[in-house]
Amino acid sequence: MTIEKIIFLVIAAISLGAALMVVTSRKLIHSALWLILTLFGVAVVYGILDAGFLAVAQVVIYIGAIAILFIFAVMLTRRANQDTGSQNNQYWWVAAPLSALLFGGLVWMMGSWQGYSTELPKLALEAKSGMLKQLGQLLVSPDGYVLPFELASVLLVAALIGAIWVAWDRK
Amino acid sequence: MVPLSWYLIFSAALFCIGLYGVLARKNAIAILLSIELMLNAVNVNLVAFWRYRYSEALNGQAFAVMVFAVAAAEVAVGLALIISIYRRRNTVVADDIDMMKW
Repeated sequence: MTIEKIIFLVIAAISLGAALMVVTSRKLIHSALWLILTLFGVAVVYGILDAGFLAVAQVVIYIGAIAILFIFAVMLTRRANQDTGSQNNQYWWVAAPLSALLFGGLVWMMGSWQGYSTELPKLALEAKSGMLKQLGQLLVSPDGYVLPFELASVLLVAALIGAIWVAWDRK
Repeated sequence: MVPLSWYLIFSAALFCIGLYGVLARKNAIAILLSIELMLNAVNVNLVAFWRYRYSEALNGQAFAVMVFAVAAAEVAVGLALIISIYRRRNTVVADDIDMMKW
């Protein structure tokens, strides 16, 4: 058991526990706060995987923007969230075994794949030197992902305008 | 060192927890929270495969950035819809929002 394995196990346990709290806790505001812990655990996993930019982007975009947006939405709809009864619909007993079945199936299917237990390869040298610069160039170079990148910006603008339009109070 | 399988199991577990949340919760905001969990599981998978199988190029990370953008757009529109519905019908329970069902 190396130190990397221990760190990974602790982070994974915290993230999964927090994720379970997200889907089971009765108060929605607690769900949103547990989601922040899960997102932070995933950011640490990105860090372990040498994806430093994604770890920072996770903290800034997911925790800084999306989770806060969720908390705002929960507070704006507070009157509807005041019932403290069960937060599950009547089909939750189907959902639990279905998810467990999917998990078992996924693990079983991945276990039969030959590259399943690949050990960590050394980070390729060209990826190590200036990874951030390389990622930036990949996102805007015509040989890379400039088209999806521009599409993503159009999508974000459309979502922004759409969100304002939908939530506009016309009275 | 951590083998690839641990990351895959971690992300599969995260995805299935999210799936349970989507199917079982009755509050629309809670369903969106669970969708965020599922998107994060996908991202963990992308980054783990990038690191273990293809770390000489950064395509896996570029895909993960795209998923970030889509997730942000999805949350903005989804929460706007929920707030709009809450204003008109005073509910956020997904079972009560059935105007398009006949």
